[in-house]
Amino acid sequence: MAQTDMIFAGFGGQGIQAAGKLIAYAGILEDKHVSFLPSYGPEMRGGTSNCHVIVSDEPIGSPILNSAAVVMAMNRPSMDKFESYLEPGGILIYDSSLVNREPARKDIKAFGIPATQIASDMGNLAFANIILLGKLIKETGVVSAGSFESGLRKVLPERKHHLIPDEMKALRIGMDY
Amino acid sequence: MGEKILMKGNEVIAEAALRAGCRHYFGYPITPQTEIAHYFAKKMPQYGGTFIQAESEVAAMNMVYGAASAGARVMTSSSSPGISLKQEAISYAACAELPAVIVNIMRAGPGLGGILAAQSDYFQATKGGGHGDYRMVVLAPSSVQELYELVVEAFNIADRYRTLCMIMGDGMLGQMMEAVEFKDKEDIYQADKSWAVTGTEMKRDHNIITSIYIDPEVLEKHNLKLQEKYRKIAENETRVEAYNCDGADVIVAAYGTVARIIKNVIKTAEKEGIKVGLIRPITLWPFPAAAFEKYAEVPQAFLTVEMSSGQMVEDVRLAVNGKRPVHFLGRMGGMIPTQKEILEKIREILK
Repeated sequence: MAQTDMIFAGFGGQGIQAAGKLIAYAGILEDKHVSFLPSYGPEMRGGTSNCHVIVSDEPIGSPILNSAAVVMAMNRPSMDKFESYLEPGGILIYDSSLVNREPARKDIKAFGIPATQIASDMGNLAFANIILLGKLIKETGVVSAGSFESGLRKVLPERKHHLIPDEMKALRIGMDY
Repeated sequence: MGEKILMKGNEVIAEAALRAGCRHYFGYPITPQTEIAHYFAKKMPQYGGTFIQAESEVAAMNMVYGAASAGARVMTSSSSPGISLKQEAISYAACAELPAVIVNIMRAGPGLGGILAAQSDYFQATKGGGHGDYRMVVLAPSSVQELYELVVEAFNIADRYRTLCMIMGDGMLGQMMEAVEFKDKEDIYQADKSWAVTGTEMKRDHNIITSIYIDPEVLEKHNLKLQEKYRKIAENETRVEAYNCDGADVIVAAYGTVARIIKNVIKTAEKEGIKVGLIRPITLWPFPAAAFEKYAEVPQAFLTVEMSSGQMVEDVRLAVNGKRPVHFLGRMGGMIPTQKEILEKIREILK
């Protein structure tokens, strides 16, 4: 049975919830079971945001994660908090433009990408989460890039569909980084 | 069936209610269920219905009383402290035999408490949060798909028996997103509502909706009628899921989101050679005592896991009736029991 437990975390406004939903939606399109649990408790009042996402071949038990196979951290407080959640051999993907330290764990696979810098060079900071998602998709294979694109079409309102080619470009930059 | 879409529990509640023919919603915002009101505010006008953000929870529940008296499919929703405020009108509506749906997306108490998930309103919902000898049907879904199905069912049960029906979820279920697949058309129970106060047009006697019966003999008779109705509901509407119970070493009793955690525990325990069963009450009232009676002598012991100090465990003990020990594990304050601590408790029980 394949089940991928993922935690996405960063500042409010970095597209953390959107990143989690996009992966969940792509999972649905691959006929997998998915759950998405956003943080709504006191921790989000401090400006940080996180969500727990599970994509599985079987019905999902608890949607809440006490550990994860994948952590995507978009700022330093998120990495400080969630690095310890990773299972041994787990995958850490972080925005090295904003996280000013190396991962402490040696028993995980860590990938730092200067996503915010790359997105800024592309002219749209909102692509930073997509760049990191590219790496996440590449390293985990949790969903395919094709499902991700179909998911984008479902999630984005029609008036934003003109952004999809650039979103996919950002995804590929992350995948190839 | 349509396509699978990703939706938040709270939004599914409102969508399900609209599909079930609910055209009147009265509520007052409170975390973690406010998205229900958001969704109705946006959608209800498209259905020609009524959305009112009332001045208080007390007012909202009394508006429900009014709309239900006129025969409408109506609902309100809130979270724990707000549900406490509704109790007076709930008792009145129960006495007046008004069909309506009340949603409680529970948060941690007592008092204003916190905004995170809890199950500490079990007593309030199943043992009568308001005064008097009344009951209401309490449905406890554990997934977003089941939330949809049970909200539709709640309206049908409410109309079939002229009763109040509560959906009991917790903050986690309200906030989480899962895939949901809506039916093309809902099965809607068409009730005879000739009792409703809709105007006589001078063609019939007045219908009276009331909760006051000053004459004790008349009031006792009314109470006996209510009790007979509750007996019928218990006979026909009890719902439960028994999972992995045959030959189980330990049977866990849990409802709602906690039951999901137990399903993970079952898989992990299996690897250690421990067989864990799950009895998941889907109706908290009527309580599925028969399922516990059926399996009472199967396991070495029962374990009830709740996000409370131990409320449903009392009903489990009554149902098991001393045939096996009934242990308890609970977390409070918005803390969620972990698989690890539940598994440790099971190992300890089996020692």
